Amino acid sequence: MSILGLLSQLMAIVLALALAPLLSGWVNQWRARLQNKSAPGLLQPYRALRKLFNKESVLAEHASPLFRMAPYIVFGCMLLASAIVPTLSTDLPLSPAADAIALVGLFALARVFISLAAMDVGTAFGSLGARREMLVGFLAEPALLMVLFCASMISRSTSLTTIVETLAHRELAIYPSLLVAGVAFTMVSLAENARVPVDNPETHLELTMIHEALILEYSGRHLALLEWAASLKLFAYSCVGLALFFPWGVAQADAPMALLLALFVLVLKLAVGGFALACVETLSAKMRIFRVPEFLATAFLLAVIGLLVNILLGVS
Amino acid sequence: MNALYFVLGFPLLGSAVLAFTGHRDFARNVNVGFSLATFIAACVLTAQIIAFGPVFVLGQQFFVDPLNMFLVTLTAFVGLTTALFSRPYMRVEQDRGKMTPPRMRLYHGMYQLFSFTMLLALTTNNLGILWVAMEAATLTTVLLVSVYRTSASLEAAWKYFILCGVGIAQALFGTVLLYMAAEKVLGSQGATLLWTSLDAVKTQLDPSIVTLAFAFLLIGYGAKVGMVPLHSWLPDAHAEGPTPVSAVLSGLLLNVAMYAVLRCKVLTDGALQQPLAGQLMMGFGLLSVVVASFFLSRQKDVKRMFSYSSIEHMGLITFAFGMGGPIANFAGLLHMTVHSLVKSAIFYTVGHATQKAGTQVMGDIRGLIKVNPTVGWGLMLGVMAILGMPPFGVFASEFLILTTAMREQPWATPFLFLALGVAFASVLIRVLPMVFGETSLKPLAHPPALLPVFIHLGFGLMLGLYIPPYLNTWYVQAAHMLGG
Amino acid sequence: MIKFVPQLINLFATLILMLSFAMISQRRIVSLINLFTMQGAALVAASVLLGYATHQPDLYVSAGLTLALKVVLIPWLLHRVIRRLNVRWDVETLINIPTTMLVGIALVIFSFSLALPISRLSSSIAGGSLGIALACVLLSFMMMITRSKAVPQVIGFLSMENGLIFAATTVTNGMPMIVEFGIALDVLVGVLILGVFMFQIREKFDSLDIHNLEALKED
Repeated sequence: MSILGLLSQLMAIVLALALAPLLSGWVNQWRARLQNKSAPGLLQPYRALRKLFNKESVLAEHASPLFRMAPYIVFGCMLLASAIVPTLSTDLPLSPAADAIALVGLFALARVFISLAAMDVGTAFGSLGARREMLVGFLAEPALLMVLFCASMISRSTSLTTIVETLAHRELAIYPSLLVAGVAFTMVSLAENARVPVDNPETHLELTMIHEALILEYSGRHLALLEWAASLKLFAYSCVGLALFFPWGVAQADAPMALLLALFVLVLKLAVGGFALACVETLSAKMRIFRVPEFLATAFLLAVIGLLVNILLGVS
Repeated sequence: MNALYFVLGFPLLGSAVLAFTGHRDFARNVNVGFSLATFIAACVLTAQIIAFGPVFVLGQQFFVDPLNMFLVTLTAFVGLTTALFSRPYMRVEQDRGKMTPPRMRLYHGMYQLFSFTMLLALTTNNLGILWVAMEAATLTTVLLVSVYRTSASLEAAWKYFILCGVGIAQALFGTVLLYMAAEKVLGSQGATLLWTSLDAVKTQLDPSIVTLAFAFLLIGYGAKVGMVPLHSWLPDAHAEGPTPVSAVLSGLLLNVAMYAVLRCKVLTDGALQQPLAGQLMMGFGLLSVVVASFFLSRQKDVKRMFSYSSIEHMGLITFAFGMGGPIANFAGLLHMTVHSLVKSAIFYTVGHATQKAGTQVMGDIRGLIKVNPTVGWGLMLGVMAILGMPPFGVFASEFLILTTAMREQPWATPFLFLALGVAFASVLIRVLPMVFGETSLKPLAHPPALLPVFIHLGFGLMLGLYIPPYLNTWYVQAAHMLGG
Repeated sequence: MIKFVPQLINLFATLILMLSFAMISQRRIVSLINLFTMQGAALVAASVLLGYATHQPDLYVSAGLTLALKVVLIPWLLHRVIRRLNVRWDVETLINIPTTMLVGIALVIFSFSLALPISRLSSSIAGGSLGIALACVLLSFMMMITRSKAVPQVIGFLSMENGLIFAATTVTNGMPMIVEFGIALDVLVGVLILGVFMFQIREKFDSLDIHNLEALKED
């Protein structure tokens, strides 16, 4: 644990907090442009957050303490998840905790709390959203685990920092299993982040909403925290994807100039990734809810195939 | 000029000629002519083999030895007699409007092409070409099965194509694996897929690769032999096409598929030094015999019933070759020959009977003896022969198989007896009313060609009583080569 | 560069496997044909690479044959047939898609375990792909069984041939030329016959649903 490590950890946390809404704004802008609509400004999510923080939080009469605590818990989970993913450097004080399985566990914790909170108030939309969220999560989690296992098989460890170090600093090799795992990961992250083709982040129609139904009852600072947590989730997922599949540019220990380079490379990769996400959202149609299990089952099985291909082709 | 070129060349030429002229009146006779020419060439080849022994043609690409020689002659012979049978048969079909001129061209052209593919499969030395020829044999007959365009025949042809295609794809995988095993020993020149080269080095082939290869080859070619559980295409395909097509499918194609299995078995036995291949064949053969005889007892359509009988007999043959040893192999080879002859004879008589009655349902056909004594007696004798009554040849081979089974594999004999008994009873119960009894059938416009029936039955009878010395030598030599 | 070749071939092998899987889960027939075309293209690329790495011109010829047949001619024929028959969608499968996928995974595991000891014995640089080839063959087989319309069954059959050619290419650096030509000829004739068939079936039943072809069952 060096000073530089501590510094890079703090930088990672601050960066996550700052960049996550920017990433969401970037994706929204490109989506609007690709669909020939006039785009909101790039800083619009910040303005939305500021507006929400200044508003009063209205609670239902019989809302339990869980309802009030859930946004903080969810926000904390997402922040922690963004912190342990090696975005800028692999020398993080939290790296012993940066295990792939722990990461999935963090996401699961957040999901449980927000579903409970949605059901807490007793509205129809809340239960509906909770049910659907659990459906998506129950299938997406194993898929995500399998994808992470694919990468861990290659690096022989489930620690995220080890994975990044192995993949980034080995000589260039083509891993077919990572190709398959990459496709599976894309499908999972589309589902988990409530993007088209699984869920439309802009809809409020009963037939189609999943994520929006969960946060329908929140307002004010709670809603602000939840929106921020959603952008942090997207940020964390993007960073995980970049760490697994495009890990070049992450700084190693004791290289201060490399941190700045890593920051620049990260912003570049995220920009490209965000544009790609906007393209995928524009080109796909939202699928019907009962087809979502098939979509996720495909992702899971692709990840399993990636694992099997790894064993078969004996990549060491 | 080796006679083999003519044996292969005549059918090929015939199919080209008949593709254009197959709808004319003389096409029937041209068909018979080409088949006759092929048969004469096969006889000449036979004489050459008797005089000089096994022969390579075209620099090891073709190989004729005792195992395939009698099959080549048998194929050419049954091809000839079926062509004779199809002359009046197809005339009646044309008069009834079931065969239009384009369909006649298709029929005649494909008939000769089918003979070509079968003869190619029998005489080639290259395992890859064997596969290609087997697939081509399926392709040539697929359109023939559906030629009447009824819903049943379309279904039969589709099932035939898909099931046999899938099966034979497994056989291709097996061939690839064999090639892989061979490449390690022989290198990768063109001679690597030649059966004779593989036979020479079979003890050096890697056992695990060859085991997997044989499994796939057995599945693939076994599907074409009609082995249970891959047999479901057979009753449909054999029952729905025109009767000459059923006769050649039952009589000839099953034998060619069996031949392919045997060639692979020889290699496998040599590579494994264990009886695994034989045990697999015994198991599936027994299964086929039992299952087929039980399905047979429930059939109402006469051609379907005899198709199940074909499955049963091929199962018996597979069982015999699975047992191995000189007597069982000899019996298997003999059974292949007599089954081919007798089954095609049965299909000829059944074809005429169904044409007269206009239906294939056994309950509606009665009193054949009254309306046409030769057809009636032909059917009666044919059924006697196929059920294994002495003194026909089927009795002799079944006797040998059963006695060998009692001696070496006693656990199987109760099943065999049971199955054969069930088949005997079921067929006889259904055929007797067809032959005897009151009838309202009328004679056909064109007199049926019954000479082929009695020639076949005559040969069947003769082989039961006396086997010509060169045939006997071939059987013994082939049995020895098959391992025993 | 040369040391990348086995990895690239493995990459194409994985791509072929993924395309087989994608075909199982696909509902639209036009997408099925496109996926099949892509699979053919991946196969051509693998053959060319292998030919380049092992200096065997036979593999270039085989690749050319596959290109002409599986990437150009047969997809064109299939597109024409479905245009004339006006089939676009295949709405239902016999068992639902997640179950099909699970069975597919089981088949993949089975073929990998079967092929692992054998691929170690192969003398070719791409010998590890035998399991993938076998998995593709079995997956196509399953696709044929679980579809209820004629066109996906045909595509399953052709995809099985792709898997077999891939097996032959990677495990033994291709079969002798005459055998390859024979196989190609068989496949082409097979597709033509199937095309004829589909018209006959359509004419008879006014639909290409295979359920119409189940009258001859044993009862």
